[in-house]
Amino acid sequence: MKLQLSDEDAAFREEMHTFFTTQIPQDVRDTVAARRELSKEQIVASVQAMNAAGIAVPNWPVEWGGKDWTPLQRHIWHEEMQLANVPPPLPFNASMVGPVIAAFGSQEIKERFLPKTANLDIWWSQGFSEPDAGSDLASLRTTAVRDGDDYLVNGQKTWTTLGQYGDWIFTLVRTDPSVKKQAGISFLLIDMSSPGVTVRPIELIDGGHEVNEVWFENVRVPAENLVGEENKGWDYAKFLLGNERVGVAPVGSTKRTLSQAKEFAKTAGPGGTSLLDDPLVAAQVADLENEILALELTALRVVANSADGKPHPASSVLKLRGTELQQAVTELFVDLAGPLALASGAGDGSDVPDLARVATPNYLNFRKASIYGGSNEVQRQIIAGTILGLRG
Amino acid sequence: MDFQLDSEQEALRDAVRGLLSKAYDTSETRREVTKQDPGWGDKTWQQLAEMGVLGLPFAEEDGGMGAGPAEVSIVAEEIGRVIAPEPFVEAVVLAGGLVAAAGTPEQRAEILGALAEGGLVPAFAHTEPASRYELAATGVTASSADGGWTLTGVKEPVLGGARADLLIVSAAVDGGTGLFLVKPDADGLTRTGYATFDGGRAAHVGFDNTPATPLGEPGADQSDVIAATVARAQIAYGHESLGAMETALRTTTEYLKTRKQFGVPLMTFQALTFRAADMYVSLELARSTVTWATLVLLDASSGSTSADEVIEAASRAKLQVSKAGRHIGQEAIQLHGGIGMTAEYSVGHYMSRLTAIDHALGDGRHHLNRLVATLDDHTVVDPLP
Repeated sequence: MKLQLSDEDAAFREEMHTFFTTQIPQDVRDTVAARRELSKEQIVASVQAMNAAGIAVPNWPVEWGGKDWTPLQRHIWHEEMQLANVPPPLPFNASMVGPVIAAFGSQEIKERFLPKTANLDIWWSQGFSEPDAGSDLASLRTTAVRDGDDYLVNGQKTWTTLGQYGDWIFTLVRTDPSVKKQAGISFLLIDMSSPGVTVRPIELIDGGHEVNEVWFENVRVPAENLVGEENKGWDYAKFLLGNERVGVAPVGSTKRTLSQAKEFAKTAGPGGTSLLDDPLVAAQVADLENEILALELTALRVVANSADGKPHPASSVLKLRGTELQQAVTELFVDLAGPLALASGAGDGSDVPDLARVATPNYLNFRKASIYGGSNEVQRQIIAGTILGLRG
Repeated sequence: MDFQLDSEQEALRDAVRGLLSKAYDTSETRREVTKQDPGWGDKTWQQLAEMGVLGLPFAEEDGGMGAGPAEVSIVAEEIGRVIAPEPFVEAVVLAGGLVAAAGTPEQRAEILGALAEGGLVPAFAHTEPASRYELAATGVTASSADGGWTLTGVKEPVLGGARADLLIVSAAVDGGTGLFLVKPDADGLTRTGYATFDGGRAAHVGFDNTPATPLGEPGADQSDVIAATVARAQIAYGHESLGAMETALRTTTEYLKTRKQFGVPLMTFQALTFRAADMYVSLELARSTVTWATLVLLDASSGSTSADEVIEAASRAKLQVSKAGRHIGQEAIQLHGGIGMTAEYSVGHYMSRLTAIDHALGDGRHHLNRLVATLDDHTVVDPLP
């Protein structure tokens, strides 16, 4: 047992800290620090700065731009990025479709897509969920019917995050309706500029436009856009969703947001006094710091001891607890803002600090965190069934 | 950074586990042992001595094994796993730790040697009826006259205080808190023992001009030694709790698998299994923090973490364990139903022990208060030194 990072890992941490605090456009980091929404251009600029340094897709195979890093180094990369107010690489590209293409795609499909996917020259959207297929994803109904050299795709996807920016969408489609539901699904790449694709915004409770519905009406998709084998899409999706849970505990960003909240509290009391002098507030902040520490240490335990490639049993805790704490900190920010939390629509000429204006929209927005990526109830089901052996 | 045990540490764990699981094969065996004074088994204590466990953290020249915090944590966790009533943390880590840290070479050799061999069981008499969790002594005062020292005042509750072969007593001295050794037959010493709810023993200990020997330098303020040693014991208690929580959770999940109601196993009901999943989350989070605190302590011996960092880490561990212990203890009983309320069944005793540990050396609220005082010292909590 030992606490210290090896000299090599400590140097790596320093290198990442320096990179993220000096090589990412300042306006991107300022926008994240202000808890404001990033533009498409800002997200692209951030990813391309990382990709130029060869660290945008470290989890990919080395021949396609990945890094031969240890799980601990990957964790450090992810943490230092978040602590420096740098947005993680677009997950649809870096964590989802990229690894699937690299693992299951043909050489032709890899060459065609992977370099542009790493560099965010193609913006990918995710086409998995449907109105009647949420946590029960395998019940999806969008169909792809073979027609000569093409598939004809019909159906509707939903919750497509940032789909308004999407160039391409990776989809799960039903190619064989006659078999068990998991066995008739394929993984198909669709150009979103194809005739018959319609993207419609879904307005969320924070007033923002983050997710979309995507409709497919007789969309003609070349069969060469199929990844891997027909009707094997469910296997690829399970592979992808396994990746999705890694790094889904946003430790660094939650730590950073809490430290921002603590700083904000110092002048948020009546007459500019410190709210940290309120013992209830101080206790809540100190308790959250301790809970986040426990989460971070659990993440470190998982990565420090998963070198043999097997997931550590405690990893299931990360998504569940990570999102709970992420939500708790957004809630704290609203409480600290107090009556100023109502001023979400304030613009020029307002005396309300910006962090107070964004507090409630962020709080409302992050209710999503315990729902996506396998809802927290699904996580409890996994813990109860897989770890504790409690099978109903 | 590495959270894993090495092969020697695994061997120690297996040996202690083997010994204790034999000594406390059932909850009923433990009940029998805790019914009789002193509340723990002399035979088991001797076996632990023979295995080297009672001298584990002490220097070899003092008669110990020269092992470190990791080994102490392994033993404490095994104690907790069967809630063995032997006072490992209280006598070895806490009382023995004070002697190791403050004693003269002669005191260390005499006391720690006998403790390691199982022949002397010390207790730390510190808590006073009105002191709550303060580390300074105020209710017992020390005075010196004619080259000797005497103590006057009351300590209570003193864990293991009636049975102890030697009391290590904190007392107010000029400029702070000193440490003193008091023998069981000292004049003016009264000890009234009683049972505690977790099967342990505590005592009212009265001093009336009771002769005492300073531990270490006469009249010196030992506040730093007390704070550092208490932090070590808090971390060890964290591990004892981890062992207890793990057993409480395992016992609960086994029950959910086997107990049938409405013709089906209880694990058919998601209302129950989800709560067990949350218990697991609490346990793993506590395990992470407590193990980290041990690593911080381990680094203190090489000088890469400071005494204050260890004390803060101990508070962080104690807070996490306080919350987890309450959650897991309460749910273990609830998920069992009525059987969990009975003295015959095990889980209630686990909750009792977790409650006792929670309130020894500072409960969650106390430690949260200490952490509040450090809020301004950092922007974020960085677990790496």
